[in-house]
Amino acid sequence: MKNTLRQVFHSSKFVVGFCIFAAILLTMIIYPLYNPGSPLEMIGVGTFAKPGTYVSLYDATKAPVETLRLSDADDKRIAASLSQDDRIAMVEWFTIMEIDVSDLDISDTDALLALWREHYDPSVKPKGMTMAKRNYYKRLNNALLELQGADTLIIADTDEETGALVEKSKITKTDYVNVSTVANVKVLPLGTDNFGRDVLKELVSATGTSILIGIIAGTVATLIGLTLGLLAGYVGGFVDDFIMFITNIFTVIPGFVLLILISYSLGQEQRGATVVAVVIGFTSWTWTARSVRSQVISLRNRDHVNLSKLSGHSLVRIVLTDILPYIASYVVMAFILQVSSGILAEAQLSLLGLGPKTTEVPTLGLMMNWAMLYSAHTNGSWWAYFPVILTIALISFSLNLMNTGLDQVFNPTLRD
Amino acid sequence: MGKKMLEVRDLKTKYITRFHEDVYAVDGVSFSIEEGKSLGIAGESGCGKSTLALSMMGYYFPPLHYISGDIIIDGQNISGMNPDDVRKSILGREIAYIPQAAMNALNPTQRIIRFVEDVIRAHDPKADKKEIRELAEARFAELGLPPTVLNRHAVELSGGMKQRTVIAVSTILNPKVLIADEPSSALDVTSQKMVIKMMRELMEKGYIKSMLFITHELPLLYNVTDDIMVMYAGQIVEKGTAKEMVFDPVHPYSHGLMGSILVPEEGTRGHKLTAIPGTPPNLKRPPKGCRFADRCKYATDECRYYTIPEKSFENDRMYRCLKRVDELKEVYSHE
Amino acid sequence: MSEVVRKDFTNAPLCLSGRGVAKIFGMGNNKTTAVDYVDFDFHEGEFVSIVGESGSGKTTLSKMLLGLLNPSDGEILFQGKPRDISTGRKRKEYWKGIQAIFQDPFSSFNTFQKIDTVLLDCINMRGGRNLPKEKKIEMMTEACSFVNLKFAELTNKYPFELSGGQMQRLMIARIFLLRPKILLADEPTSMVDACSRATILDMLLNLRDETGMTVIFITHDIGLAYYISDTVYIMEHGKFVEFGKADEVIINPKAEYTKRLISDVPKIHEEWDLSTVDLLNA
Repeated sequence: MKNTLRQVFHSSKFVVGFCIFAAILLTMIIYPLYNPGSPLEMIGVGTFAKPGTYVSLYDATKAPVETLRLSDADDKRIAASLSQDDRIAMVEWFTIMEIDVSDLDISDTDALLALWREHYDPSVKPKGMTMAKRNYYKRLNNALLELQGADTLIIADTDEETGALVEKSKITKTDYVNVSTVANVKVLPLGTDNFGRDVLKELVSATGTSILIGIIAGTVATLIGLTLGLLAGYVGGFVDDFIMFITNIFTVIPGFVLLILISYSLGQEQRGATVVAVVIGFTSWTWTARSVRSQVISLRNRDHVNLSKLSGHSLVRIVLTDILPYIASYVVMAFILQVSSGILAEAQLSLLGLGPKTTEVPTLGLMMNWAMLYSAHTNGSWWAYFPVILTIALISFSLNLMNTGLDQVFNPTLRD
Repeated sequence: MGKKMLEVRDLKTKYITRFHEDVYAVDGVSFSIEEGKSLGIAGESGCGKSTLALSMMGYYFPPLHYISGDIIIDGQNISGMNPDDVRKSILGREIAYIPQAAMNALNPTQRIIRFVEDVIRAHDPKADKKEIRELAEARFAELGLPPTVLNRHAVELSGGMKQRTVIAVSTILNPKVLIADEPSSALDVTSQKMVIKMMRELMEKGYIKSMLFITHELPLLYNVTDDIMVMYAGQIVEKGTAKEMVFDPVHPYSHGLMGSILVPEEGTRGHKLTAIPGTPPNLKRPPKGCRFADRCKYATDECRYYTIPEKSFENDRMYRCLKRVDELKEVYSHE
Repeated sequence: MSEVVRKDFTNAPLCLSGRGVAKIFGMGNNKTTAVDYVDFDFHEGEFVSIVGESGSGKTTLSKMLLGLLNPSDGEILFQGKPRDISTGRKRKEYWKGIQAIFQDPFSSFNTFQKIDTVLLDCINMRGGRNLPKEKKIEMMTEACSFVNLKFAELTNKYPFELSGGQMQRLMIARIFLLRPKILLADEPTSMVDACSRATILDMLLNLRDETGMTVIFITHDIGLAYYISDTVYIMEHGKFVEFGKADEVIINPKAEYTKRLISDVPKIHEEWDLSTVDLLNA
């Protein structure tokens, strides 16, 4: 046993796979401690907030102020509020005014503004320009002037008695607050999804659920396959024929179609994560059964089994002590693959809207389903689906890598 | 003295295990075979005799690694050669090697003639198909194999026939040395006899110049080869002619080995078989002194501490033991 | 040099015999007769060899004798009475009387069980389940020392840590503990080295002398059969072509097949006649 483990951890493939999987599991355990609460809590009101750090504006105004004089603050401010469309419009203006813009870099805010101050004249009415367009340029000019001009922003409150606005405080351009003194700061590394839920929190929780579904599905499939395979292989004769008949029927019916039909007929309300996992397990045991059977048949005639019979051991004991340990490594490998395919099957089902019901726990498949339904892929909200895809890929990659590593250790034909 | 066809000088090779441990399977082996002679290697499983055969081809692939020594075939030293050159110009033409399970190595989807073509074309890519067939048919007929075998697939042949076919195909280029590693062990006695007869014909007709025959079956070795070497734990412990080795072994290990021969002949039934207790040493850490000392009835402390040299006596015999020949014979006569 | 003692067993009580025993595999056109209606009588304390080449049906016959395979036809008599192994309990009882050593020591042991388990099983099978632990260890030590193994060195080890010869000796220790009436040894020495072979054969002979059990030795090596057995059965294509005392059968063979078999084995005192081989008409 010790030696087997040593051999297993000598396989670099297994070790890499194991490390990736262990890292995923660790994240699953540690992250909720750091960021507790329900993963399905809708913290945002809008849909698809971008990934980033969110600071409460209200609290920021209350935070102690420090004055910093930063020379490039104005430029940055302008640069941030000058959109790409505005910049293009400005260049359009210059072309209309027949100014040479061949040297101008559109992202160089300073040069752009300098040129603008020099050449913009609100009284000019270029030929063919609509009124609306002219007004747009005026507004743009005012906004730019304002950005450069007014130094303070006044925060006012209505007086309870007179109803007039009373100045409460002033914010100048040189006022800064330390983020750590702001009472409410929320980091959303992966933004929010269509329901305004924290995607990272959801993802971690969904990974856990999906792995659990995979493990349950793998266990169910392996148990059924192992039992039937052992029985068919060891007992032989009629039992073998009967079990193989059933297995063949299950093999010829495409498993996924069966899965869809069962999931559909169960109905949304009945489909908890566990139920879905068991259903997946029920439709994917056939090849475990077949390969266990063939291995048992080759073991059945080995001398140590004959010797065990001669020692008067019962069928159950022979199967458990003389056959099962020999195929254990193989069963472990099959189990790992079943877990991996269970996770993928759940994702496929959920994508079709036949996954676990959506109100209790998120799963990786459900997250993809939501992202697809709210067209995250067309509106550029990559954070709603890409991390999910990456996680699924990483999980099955690590599991398959572990399986290949084990195969190298246990399969004599692959040994070097 | 005839011309030396194969000479091996102080050959050392090792295996590197999965856990990066070295196993010194062939540890300083020297011998030579003259033209027209055959040499047998006897020994228990794990003594290094199959590794020696493999090492002799000059073609190493992991886990087997070359350490030092020379392999000289008809004056040409192949031990330092590039593996690709060895494969192109040595294997098949200078040396033919028949491994233990050779007959199971035939691709079942190919006709036998294809293997002949492969062997010849490996050395002469432009060889004409018709000429190859004519050559093969003539050779097969001469060796008592029906030429129709050439058009068959391997699965259609019996075990003995397959093994004879493998030998005929691998010696088609008239190699100078044939190395046969247990070529008949998996066969029944009748097929074994046919294989041996064919190998003897190859020698007599001069298609092969010399032969190295490896087996653990001593009566077979006695009948097939001129000389016999006994190998133990990666070293040669005794060498002599077949008759000397079987009836007059000197080294305690060969003595034990020869004492365990069983043949269905009158008068062989009464005596008790010699049994050697214990197991061979672990070749990851070979003992400093005599490698057989732990199992030897006559071993003294000296045997365990001195490196035992090869000693020669009489006409070209060799043994590896601290004791003198007359001392050993004296002990044996009292048993 | 001690001599191997030979006794005459023709009048000894019968231990295992067969009348018209046959095993036919397959049906219709695919029918193969592995064992072709054979009769045999093995006596108590006798060392019998069944010699045959591969495919002669000797392994099938041994499986039938052991009760691991049911004969298609015929009757096997155990100690003069027809053998009844129809239920699990009766089989278990029969297996107290007949045990086996198999060809391949490396596949004869369950790799996952310690050596102690193998030996304790034997004590349990002979009704020693409730013996005190010291007594069990004493019995195991005795069995191991019978085959020149030290129990203290073997305890808590796994079979794969032993060499082939040691494993086969452990098998004999197992038989020593079980003390069956019949031991069926299916080529027990074909996969061990020449030196270990002598040890194992010696131990089998000692075991026979000590317990008076019948040993049925199955082999393809006619020289080995000649050396070790009292009686030899020569098997070809599922039939016994010749049987009798070892000296008679090997030195003066009557059947053509036996003659050929003996002439085909390489020898050391006589010339091995290669001219009898007809390569072309094989």
